[in-house]
Amino acid sequence: MNEKKTNTSSDKSILVMDAAAIRRALRRIAHEIIERNPDLSQIVLAGIPSRGNEIGRRIAETISAIERVSVPVGTIDVAMHRDDVGTRTELPVVRASTLPLPLETRTVVIIDDVLFTGRTVRAAMDAITSFGRPARIQLAVLIDRGHRELPIRADYVGKNLPTAPDEKVRLRLGKEESDEGVWLVKE
Amino acid sequence: MTTRWNRKDLLGLRELSVDEINLVLDTADAFKQVGTREIKKVPALRGKTLVNFFVEPSTRTRTSFELAAFRLSADVINISAATSSLSKGETLKDTAKILEANHVDIIVLRHNSAGAPQFLAERLRSSVINAGDGAHEHPTQGLLDTYTIREKKKRIEGLHVAIIGDILFSRVARSNIFALTKLGARVTLVGPSTLVPRDFEKLGVTISYDIDKVLPTADVVNLLRIQHERQRKEYFPGVGEYIRLFGLTKERAKLLKPDCLIMHPGPINRGVEIDSELADGNQSVILDQVTNGLAVRMAVLYLCGGIAA
Amino acid sequence: MRYPNYAMSAIVIHNGRIIDPANGRDEIGDLVIVDGKIADQSAIRNQKSAIEEIDATELIVAPGLIDMHVHLREPGFGHKETIASGARAAATGGFTTVVCMPNTLPVADNPSTITWIKDRARDSARVNVLPAGAISKNLEGLELAPIASIVQSGVIAITDDGKCVQNHELMRRAVEYARMVGVPVLDHCQDYNLVGHGVVNEGEWSTLLGLSGWPAAGEEAMVMRNILLAELCDHHIHCQHISAAGSIRLIREARGRGVKISGEVCPHHVALTDAAIQNFDTNCKMNPPLRTQRDIDAIIEGIADGTLTILCSDHAPHAAFEKEVEFDQAPFGIVGLETELGLFIDILVHKRKAISINRLIEMFTLEPARLLKIEVGTLSIGANADITLIDPDLEWTVDASSFESLSRNTPFGGWKLKGRAARTIVGGETVWQL
Repeated sequence: MNEKKTNTSSDKSILVMDAAAIRRALRRIAHEIIERNPDLSQIVLAGIPSRGNEIGRRIAETISAIERVSVPVGTIDVAMHRDDVGTRTELPVVRASTLPLPLETRTVVIIDDVLFTGRTVRAAMDAITSFGRPARIQLAVLIDRGHRELPIRADYVGKNLPTAPDEKVRLRLGKEESDEGVWLVKE
Repeated sequence: MTTRWNRKDLLGLRELSVDEINLVLDTADAFKQVGTREIKKVPALRGKTLVNFFVEPSTRTRTSFELAAFRLSADVINISAATSSLSKGETLKDTAKILEANHVDIIVLRHNSAGAPQFLAERLRSSVINAGDGAHEHPTQGLLDTYTIREKKKRIEGLHVAIIGDILFSRVARSNIFALTKLGARVTLVGPSTLVPRDFEKLGVTISYDIDKVLPTADVVNLLRIQHERQRKEYFPGVGEYIRLFGLTKERAKLLKPDCLIMHPGPINRGVEIDSELADGNQSVILDQVTNGLAVRMAVLYLCGGIAA
Repeated sequence: MRYPNYAMSAIVIHNGRIIDPANGRDEIGDLVIVDGKIADQSAIRNQKSAIEEIDATELIVAPGLIDMHVHLREPGFGHKETIASGARAAATGGFTTVVCMPNTLPVADNPSTITWIKDRARDSARVNVLPAGAISKNLEGLELAPIASIVQSGVIAITDDGKCVQNHELMRRAVEYARMVGVPVLDHCQDYNLVGHGVVNEGEWSTLLGLSGWPAAGEEAMVMRNILLAELCDHHIHCQHISAAGSIRLIREARGRGVKISGEVCPHHVALTDAAIQNFDTNCKMNPPLRTQRDIDAIIEGIADGTLTILCSDHAPHAAFEKEVEFDQAPFGIVGLETELGLFIDILVHKRKAISINRLIEMFTLEPARLLKIEVGTLSIGANADITLIDPDLEWTVDASSFESLSRNTPFGGWKLKGRAARTIVGGETVWQL
């Protein structure tokens, strides 16, 4: 699973994206979404809690600023769709998912912070299809760190970040830009 | 994020902390939403086996647990007293050991003996969920009642909840009292003195024998079933006198605040504890209780049964 | 044969604190036993053969203790206890005499069953086993048992223990009849209507747990009944296992007026309150039930002021499979013989300081012997040498797995107690030692 701790005080962490880089990456993703989807009225952004929601909100804001259309942002909770039943030793918190319905004519763009094994995205696709049958599903991530365990790839990537399996990617999104950033942490 | 839930069993609400109760209610919120999806099923308990073990008959609670298990993708079998070896003299312990030897993950137990779920829980690795034990507790009913109140009133703290009827023999009353008082509600018990003994005051509730004085300040009235078919005659003289003193008649309902919720765990004796029209009226949340019961039971099964054994 | 027919066998118990309430004796000294009887020092002055020496330094040398309320389960329930195993448990607990209750199968309400019990005790028990007989046939409370016949067969008291005669008229006639044949009536005080299906003390915990309540009034009503009948019939009624404060108040008042009424106490009724049932532990289910701290305080006060005169165990063995069931379906009762002396010394003498060790010994010896008119419980010259050596300060931990009883149903496993028996001697023979 993705490492999502907000602690950045580790001595061994390397800053790989600052606030400006994050902003530029999300703006580029917004542009790509606009280019690839001529009918923006059919777009739904589905954030995976909790940082996927915030990233989705920022992308939606950017699309709205560029194209003057409002793109709905939903939440797709993956906890109850995970594939580790029977092996997990801790129980993930489940949250309600909210998506505008019906999905049949829409394109759902899953939004997550870090793409790693691909298992979270698989669970998210399962969750989305339990609401209906969207016209298509796409995937946007801020970071793709590699090490996929499932045949899944992102349609929109903020930054490809080659990592070793034992490294961790830390992401912080805050109110103050000075707090924000993406770090690579060697344990 | 991972939960702060460390229980394999749900035996009662007396032992739950405020945080644990709120966690169940929040988790139920998430699962309630599943019921609105086109595919009302999630794989959260895929591959788990659940046994509905109902030594005392019940249709409502058993069905609710069964649906909850289905929606979590667990496999379900139902065993009743009549179909189990209990009817052949096998002990509860032996029956349970047999279930566990069959690798059952979750046992939902309804039993007429108080403490029977705890008895099993102490002896089995399987999760044990109390679906009502004697006059002791019915924790999922207490949780679904609390959930329904929270959903409608957006809070529990500071509310005045009147629980009316046969308190002495009611596991629903006990579970409601434990949950509501922990969450800061003011609880008044109303009923004949024979069925509302003074010892209940030690649980932090008020007792009243005058329903007309209680109704005007109530935010919620929860009417318990009067089991006149099996109630021993020495506890109250008859249904007629009960209705006169404690029945929620249309006339009495005028004393209620307009936004007071009317609840009933069912099955209802129409015309006894509640007037038939009131049960279907706009203050009644009786059907919401049923819907919410499913979500609450999904939450409980997920929390207790979701961890690898 | 217990007493061999050759020249004097002699034992001297040296340097113990000899406490013999029957003779008002409390002194450090030597106690002499010759041919199974208590003897004078002079009896061994010219002793040629070897004398067995027992060092009792720091120990109390007491008359053999009597537990006048035990269930030995034979005949009928040998899987719970046998007369032999119950007697071993008694010896381990420091008891040389036990009175066994008649609720066996068949019920001890007829001469042949009584004779069977006595034969069985003679052949297999290492302590004195005295049977109590039934008041009513089959303990049904409907008609009198053949009380005179069973007294002739050897019962030393009558009781329907476990049950309670509800019909006051029948009870009255039983007491009158018992007066004629000279045995006391022991009564398990329980009003069936008030108690109903009660399984635990009616109060906060029964309310909390949704268990049927057994109100104190259910005992007190029958204690009152017994006081009235004892007065009416001018004969002794002994109220068994008193649990409720109100019962003590009633007995105190009646004894003050000279009524022939008495009461006994079991250790669990002073060791535990009804809070102990909160996890539905069936080893805390007894009849009468565990009650409140207020009741415990009243019992201890009653012991201290002499209202309650007798200590006993209500030793009630049940097999694990019988107790390991739903709470309301489990049988009542716990084993007690191997823990009662320790619990009573620990609670009454050490912790609560309610009575002296002397009075405790008296309540286990002289008091029951006097009530039952049996010739035990004394260290008088010529008495059978039934002796219990007690270490009142020994600290030990209850280990149910090591019980001599066939059953393990105790809530006291793991309890640390101060005081226990060190050696049990019956008829001059050591039947158990620590």
